[in-house]
Amino acid sequence: MTGLLEGKRLLITGVITDSSIGFHVARKAQEEGATVVLTGYGRLSLVERIAGRLPTPAPVVELDVTDQEHLATLAERVGQHVDGLDGVLHSIGYAPPSCLGGGFLDAPWEDVATAMHTSAYSLKSLTTALMPLLAERSSVVGMDFDARQAWPVYDWMGVAKAALESTNRYLARDLGGRGVRVNLVSAGPLKTMAAKSIPGFEGLADAWTSRAPLGWDVTDPEPVARTVCAMLSDWLPSTTGSIVMADGGFHAVGV
Amino acid sequence: MANEDIQKGLVDILVEVAGVEANDVDLDKSFVDDLDVDSLSMVEVAVQAEDKFGVKIPDDELANLKTVGDAVNYIANNA
Repeated sequence: MTGLLEGKRLLITGVITDSSIGFHVARKAQEEGATVVLTGYGRLSLVERIAGRLPTPAPVVELDVTDQEHLATLAERVGQHVDGLDGVLHSIGYAPPSCLGGGFLDAPWEDVATAMHTSAYSLKSLTTALMPLLAERSSVVGMDFDARQAWPVYDWMGVAKAALESTNRYLARDLGGRGVRVNLVSAGPLKTMAAKSIPGFEGLADAWTSRAPLGWDVTDPEPVARTVCAMLSDWLPSTTGSIVMADGGFHAVGV
Repeated sequence: MANEDIQKGLVDILVEVAGVEANDVDLDKSFVDDLDVDSLSMVEVAVQAEDKFGVKIPDDELANLKTVGDAVNYIANNA
């Protein structure tokens, strides 16, 4: 049987531990036949060690999405491992502590700007940096958290996700002509390294678990990884500028 | 594996990953308060320990390992 992603060349960002969403997408994608290159931020030694835990150990390319130098050389550095790309996962977000946890009214602009730059603008930066490698009909996928409403504690990260959702639509508009699809997967809460830095994450997670029509397990990354792999495949060829909800149906119901 | 060997292996990891002075490491030292190991370094220490000792340290367990002694005991009991 041929895998869903047979022959696909993918760049996957956002792997820091083996609980990272990026790690599970990379694992699933390899199981489905893809060749994977990872990017790592900061602790490369950790990312490389985690990359070694994939079914096929994957090469790691350093990338700070806010570093102009890194972006300028990214295509060349990724190109040393693959001769082109059929898909990219943007699984990157950061907000300084002042931006999360209930200080919405006090967070200074400099911190909010950092959150916007790293979490929203970076979808554009990453995608344009990779344009030289992106094949016709390739797929760019970003990780989202439903930004249509205000959440407890999520604060300026929520605003950054709203900016990400808009960036997604504009990117889709401008890259459609080159046959590149750009979409987001809006996931329910998962217990990752990133989640640990969200104070009050447990409350959000509990609401999800009890309310999502299909149920929700914050410790199971498989449904989200599968959804991302589907988006990276050839099976949603007319979908772009879209947001797919992989949240157990939580968004569809009230109390 | 003897606890002394686990401790020795753990010290090597702490020196490499977190830049800790080997002489500063005692069983009763706290990773965060005494050895100044930040949360991401702690994750890398755990990942290296998993590879070195063939043990699985889930995130929830990691949060409970406050001191070097806690980690040595956990590894000794679960490896």
